[in-house]
Amino acid sequence: MDALRRTLLKGAGATGAIAAAIAAGVLKPSQALAAEWNKNAFEARDLAGALKGLGAGGAADSKDIVIKAPDIAENGAVVPVDVASNIPNTQSISVLVDKNPFPLAAHFDFANGALPQVAVRLKMGQTSNIHVIAKADGKSYVAAKEVKVTVGGCGG
Amino acid sequence: MADPMKIRAQMQGDTADIRVLMSHPMETGQRKDPQGKVVPAHHIQSITATVAGKLVLDGQIGAAVSRNPVFGFKVKGVKAGDKVVITWVDNKGDKRTDEATIG
Repeated sequence: MDALRRTLLKGAGATGAIAAAIAAGVLKPSQALAAEWNKNAFEARDLAGALKGLGAGGAADSKDIVIKAPDIAENGAVVPVDVASNIPNTQSISVLVDKNPFPLAAHFDFANGALPQVAVRLKMGQTSNIHVIAKADGKSYVAAKEVKVTVGGCGG
Repeated sequence: MADPMKIRAQMQGDTADIRVLMSHPMETGQRKDPQGKVVPAHHIQSITATVAGKLVLDGQIGAAVSRNPVFGFKVKGVKAGDKVVITWVDNKGDKRTDEATIG
């Protein structure tokens, strides 16, 4: 009887330790993140609002941002987009799809030797421009490319 | 807990080419189920990648990223054998961390 009680207590203690470890693990990545999820920018319903949320209003056009995306996407649910910035000291890249319900699709910050280029696959609701914002030395630069979508990937 | 990520990290000259496939439904919150009810949004919100303990990529993503997202990026100044650790967190608080070694 007593032995069983010991075992139970031991078991409870171990579970507690695991819970504490998980809690510690949960805290770690959020500390590592440079910024919280940018709700204002991601939940903006138009391009201007998203740009404002990103603090990228009045971005200058740049030919140094390279956007590789198909001219015609047959499936809007998976549009491969490859973005690279040749602007020196590029710190972050944001990808926006103008006509999606929420234009801002992704935002990446680069550090410690990461090259300012990233490949993602996006959903596109309809034919639209893809805008890419690159930030370097506190300035914003923008480039755009149109992708024609034959079957939309948002909604059902 | 979600399925493990597939991470491929290979040196190409002096840069490491890292690709990661995450397993996630990425619901937009726009889609309706057959009963006409909106399927609630469920998507990854943030991803972080570290190489040899140093943060290299910090991404925030919205629902417009495709289901089972794939990300590719390149890192300079690392070497074969360095450990790559990638973590994602979604809007429901789920998270997953996986690691790989640069080959």
